[in-house]
Amino acid sequence: MNWLWSNLDLVGELMLVHLALSVPAIILSFVVSVPIGWLAHRYRWSRGVLLSICGLLYAIPSLALFIALPAFTGLSLRSPVNLVIALTLYGVAVIVRTSADAFDSVERDIRQSATAVGYSAAGRFWGVELPLAGPVLLSGLRVVIVSTVSLATVGAVIGVPSLGSLFTDGFQRGIQIEIITGIVATIVLALGLDALSVLLGRLLMPWTRRASSNGRVLTARRVREETA
Amino acid sequence: MIEFRGVTKQFPDGTIAVHDVDIVIPPRKTTVLVGSSGSGKTTLLRMINRMVDPTGGQVLIDGTDVATVDPVKLRRGIGYVMQNSGLLPHRKVIDNVATVPLLRGESRRAAHAHALELLDTVGLDRSLADRYPAQLSGGQQQRVGVARGLAVDPNILLMDEPFGAVDPIVRAELQQELLRLQGELGKTVVFVTHDIDEAFLLGDQVVIMQQGGLISQAASPAEILAHPADSFVADFVGADRGKRALHVTEVDGRRVVVDADGRAAGVLAS
Ligand SMILES: Nc1ncnc2c1ncn2[C@@H]1O[C@H](COP(=O)(O)OP(=O)(O)OP(=O)(O)O)[C@@H](O)[C@H]1O
Ligand SMILES: [Mg+2]
Repeated sequence: MNWLWSNLDLVGELMLVHLALSVPAIILSFVVSVPIGWLAHRYRWSRGVLLSICGLLYAIPSLALFIALPAFTGLSLRSPVNLVIALTLYGVAVIVRTSADAFDSVERDIRQSATAVGYSAAGRFWGVELPLAGPVLLSGLRVVIVSTVSLATVGAVIGVPSLGSLFTDGFQRGIQIEIITGIVATIVLALGLDALSVLLGRLLMPWTRRASSNGRVLTARRVREETA
Repeated sequence: MIEFRGVTKQFPDGTIAVHDVDIVIPPRKTTVLVGSSGSGKTTLLRMINRMVDPTGGQVLIDGTDVATVDPVKLRRGIGYVMQNSGLLPHRKVIDNVATVPLLRGESRRAAHAHALELLDTVGLDRSLADRYPAQLSGGQQQRVGVARGLAVDPNILLMDEPFGAVDPIVRAELQQELLRLQGELGKTVVFVTHDIDEAFLLGDQVVIMQQGGLISQAASPAEILAHPADSFVADFVGADRGKRALHVTEVDGRRVVVDADGRAAGVLAS
């Protein structure tokens, strides 16, 4: 415990550094995966190809990718940008299938009715398909949040500081509490970001909130009737 | 006036949905397309607003070939109501009704004010304006769908089985409401159904379609009953089964009309 009290500053600082690594990667993964998912949804023939390529990305061992990337980007191995790119690639691999599913989940009737009343193709994407794909996109985003925050710790091995540095340092110096702190802090960060994304989803997609609260009222009523 | 001239639609997979159709749809009247499932009703309807483009022939609105009109612009000037309302689930009732005016660039305030009036027109309480479609009953959703179809005050209103998914009592209510609205507004309504009774109730002109998008007969309900064009039509409207046959019997000196099952249908006016 002594170690923790005297190193609170360090833990706080590493949490911020960790955030600075994972948040851009999470946002980038999301932004990149949405158009790929839409393409896979829109053009059936592209689906297999796109989803397989993205799936293959995930099969590359993370350390190998971290080490190989600088050869393509020309950045130093220890550059945080390098790590962000790698995390983004993994993030895309994780979320892209869900993105395609998200657009598939928009009912055909609704898409057709939007066309029928005079939405242009672009207007329909932004005004109808994207928001209605929202709930499923959010579920994909939540997986990416957790996996990215956790994967970012691996950066410590190649010398990019993050909460993972607490594992490596604690391991080398035999400080168990430091390792545990690293694990707990990573989980807290992941859960915090996850909660934030759920909150944001409720804010941006009020119709899902209404629908589900309506459902709760109905269930409550049913329960009351059954117990009465 | 809407005119189909030798219109054919063959889908890429080879299905011929509509074959060499000629129909004239008169303005300010209700024309009902009726036929069994797969007879090409929806396909025909969607050729009017270019959701489907014909592979042969022409569709003309007031003499203009729709193929020469920008589809998005065309659709924003034509009301469209479909089964299951087709409302956007993520937008409140009021925004659904105001969808097209907003797309056309009307101000939010004006579009919303007009949308509230339209809720009155279709017999919905204004307090429903802030709900989401999922929070309405099926019948209410259909009314909102009709209000949305009327929002740009279109000359043409296309309705694809709009009352197909509601229970019979609500359907009867909505049918009466549509008759009332049509009496007030006088739109060119093209209405699709597979229910011949609904077709006879609503249609000034009824178009009976067969599989393969062939037209058996296009005429007024009275004419179809009086002179079914062929055995398919006679069968379809139920004339051959005697379903439509009414008899006059005398009861206490008054002439009462009874249907095929012997149930009293009314009194013959002298
Ligand atoms: N996009 C499409 N591709 C291939 N075939 C199609 C397509 N749309 C419709 N069809 C076919 O064209 C025919 C007519 O379909 P349409 O939807 O117009 O029938 P409908 O009369 O509206 O039927 P329902 O009463 O079931 O709605 C059917 O055989 C249908 O399978
Ligand atoms: Mg149909």
